[in-house]
Amino acid sequence: MSPVLAAVVPTTAYYLILSAVLFGIGATGLLVRRNPLIMFMCIELMLNAVNITFVAFATRFGDISGQTAVFFVMVVAAAEVVVGLGIIISILRRRPGATADDLAELKG
Amino acid sequence: MLDVIWLIPAFPLAGFLLILLFGRKLGEPRSGYLAAAMVLASFVVAVGAFFDLLSIDDEHDRHHVETLFSWVPVDALQIDMAFLADPLSITMCLFVTGIGFLIHLFAIGYMHGDPRFSKFFLYLNLFVLSMTLLVLGENLLVTFLGWEGVGTCSYFLISFWHERDSAATAGKKAFVTNRIGDWGFMIAMFLGFAHVGSVSYGALNGAAEGGGLSTRTATLIALFLFVGAVGKSAQLPLYLWLPDAMEGPTPVSALIHAATMVTAGVFLMTRMNPMLAAAAPEVSQVIAWVGVLTALFAATVAVAQTDIKKVLAYSTVSQLGYMFLAVGSGAFVAAIFHMVTHAFFKALMFLGSGSVIHGMHHEQDMRKMGALRKVMPITAITFLIGWLAIAGVPPFAGFWSKDEILLFTLAERGPVLYVLGLVTAILTAFYMTRQIIMVFFGEARWTSHANADEAAPEDVASDDHHVSTAHGEFKPHESPVIMLFPLVVLAGLSIVGGVIQLPSFGFIPHDWQHKLESWLHPVVAAGEAHITGSSAYENKGLLALLAIACALVGIAIAIAIYVRKVAKPVEPELLANGWYYDRAVSDFMGGPGRKAFEAFAWFDRTVVDGAVNGAAKLVKAGAGGVRTAQSGNVRNYAGIVGVGVVLLLVWFVIGRGFF
Repeated sequence: MSPVLAAVVPTTAYYLILSAVLFGIGATGLLVRRNPLIMFMCIELMLNAVNITFVAFATRFGDISGQTAVFFVMVVAAAEVVVGLGIIISILRRRPGATADDLAELKG
Repeated sequence: MLDVIWLIPAFPLAGFLLILLFGRKLGEPRSGYLAAAMVLASFVVAVGAFFDLLSIDDEHDRHHVETLFSWVPVDALQIDMAFLADPLSITMCLFVTGIGFLIHLFAIGYMHGDPRFSKFFLYLNLFVLSMTLLVLGENLLVTFLGWEGVGTCSYFLISFWHERDSAATAGKKAFVTNRIGDWGFMIAMFLGFAHVGSVSYGALNGAAEGGGLSTRTATLIALFLFVGAVGKSAQLPLYLWLPDAMEGPTPVSALIHAATMVTAGVFLMTRMNPMLAAAAPEVSQVIAWVGVLTALFAATVAVAQTDIKKVLAYSTVSQLGYMFLAVGSGAFVAAIFHMVTHAFFKALMFLGSGSVIHGMHHEQDMRKMGALRKVMPITAITFLIGWLAIAGVPPFAGFWSKDEILLFTLAERGPVLYVLGLVTAILTAFYMTRQIIMVFFGEARWTSHANADEAAPEDVASDDHHVSTAHGEFKPHESPVIMLFPLVVLAGLSIVGGVIQLPSFGFIPHDWQHKLESWLHPVVAAGEAHITGSSAYENKGLLALLAIACALVGIAIAIAIYVRKVAKPVEPELLANGWYYDRAVSDFMGGPGRKAFEAFAWFDRTVVDGAVNGAAKLVKAGAGGVRTAQSGNVRNYAGIVGVGVVLLLVWFVIGRGFF
């Protein structure tokens, strides 16, 4: 490790900034992209951004409940992936190349 | 037998279920025999229960409650499915199942050839089930279950031949008219629960006897129960469904509309006699007046009827009026006594008329009968016994019960009601004599329409076993043995039925007197009037002679008019049409009544429906505005969620002052 980098001691703020950047990327991607798969990945990005904040704060305050919450988020995300991917694949199979904007059957 | 008292309704229930499942397979006549056997089994259980009760020495212990299960357990409202075996309910069970069995037998012959033979017995068994529930119930709700059950069966059976328009309409009329009575019954039940906290007879009557009820409450309960009784027992002003109910097959008229169901009102008033005793004395006055006016009114109408069954129908209304006169005079034993003897002779006469109708190929007009005693000797003899019984000729059953009612009336209610009762007795003897003369004596008027087509085509019960229908010659015939047997048994009972309650005349052995009274005593002790000291009681021999004289006068007048023809028969249109009461009701309901209902319907359509529809329209319009937010575009939603998060954040930071 280079001495420059070794001198930098990462504080909680570092992690929070990283998390905010990741969350911003995810949110922007979700709003601007139309490919459902990409949007899905953006959601994962946002979820994991939040996970980073949880872990950061858990370390900072020495409280394990933040890390516990991460496990819950991961389990729920896994379940969500199963269902969400299943839906997306079946949609794409019926209508290849469909974008999120095409899927507006529930329009009121 | 007392702890298996539930077998009494269980047997007809089993019969009902068996015929429901296998009726088509059983067919004719086996489903009829099955139904009759079930009722006979109930009768046997009732007889066993009777002797069990009788073997208990202390009359106050003759009271057994058999609880099957908790039916309605709701907080303070605890209602059990429980049966009460006491002298009153067992008396009712005995004659309901006994006469029911005989009528089932008769119906096997009468309904011969009917395409819905097994369905008829399905309904009959259901009826016996409901009727036994009604009389055995330990609380008002079980009785009400039976009450509604018999009403439903009555509806089914009146319109049994529903291909005939008049039968279908008569069924509806009976049902709707009975609803008015049911309303009274329900209000009485609610009042009982509100003021006593229970609907069981023990609790209600106990509260009434122990003074736990205010006179006002007892009066209201008694009055509303009487409204129920008026509907079910066809008293003024709700009697008008009963004459129309004659559209049903004749065994139905005998079983439901003469012997059993219509007496349910009298039974109910007797069961609740402590309530009547606790109520204001005016209630009994009202009941006595309604009873005697109904008796007189119906007797006048019966004088001018030409349909053989209509005469008997109005006669039934009239006799029920006597029973209510008895109830209103505090003569509950006499009311039950008359109920039993009336069940004997009226069932006999209805079945006899059924036999006549059967023999006459479904002709019911008495003007087309006459001299039938020659071709139907057994029917004629048994019918004549019924005639003597209802006319009040001693020693036949009807004399004793009617005499006792009149005695109590004079002692308790005074001479006006007594004279009205006597006039009714004369009229009764008159119209019944007129009927037997028109049907069984005089010249045969049926030869004049010697034509097979007279058997109207809509008659469902076919006559294919008669030679006469095939070609030409119309000849009435005697009915088969299975129909004559019940007639003979009932005729025997109509002769000796009076022994259950003989008055205390000197020439009658002391052991034979007042049997029914000492049997029913624990049940009616609270309400029964005591007349032994009254002047009427002192002269009861004279009164009995007066009653006999009235009966003979009625018979003599009828013979003078219809046989000797000393005067022209007086049968004004007014009476033939039942004082136009029926017409007046239907005109009123069809005219102003209909207008009122239409006004209600208009109110319902515009105001009530308007409010409901207005609310719906409001919601619809609101939703139409809101639903445009649902664009169906996922990224749109995500954007809105994002904006929402930002706004929440701003609110937390600025509004709530975090950091």
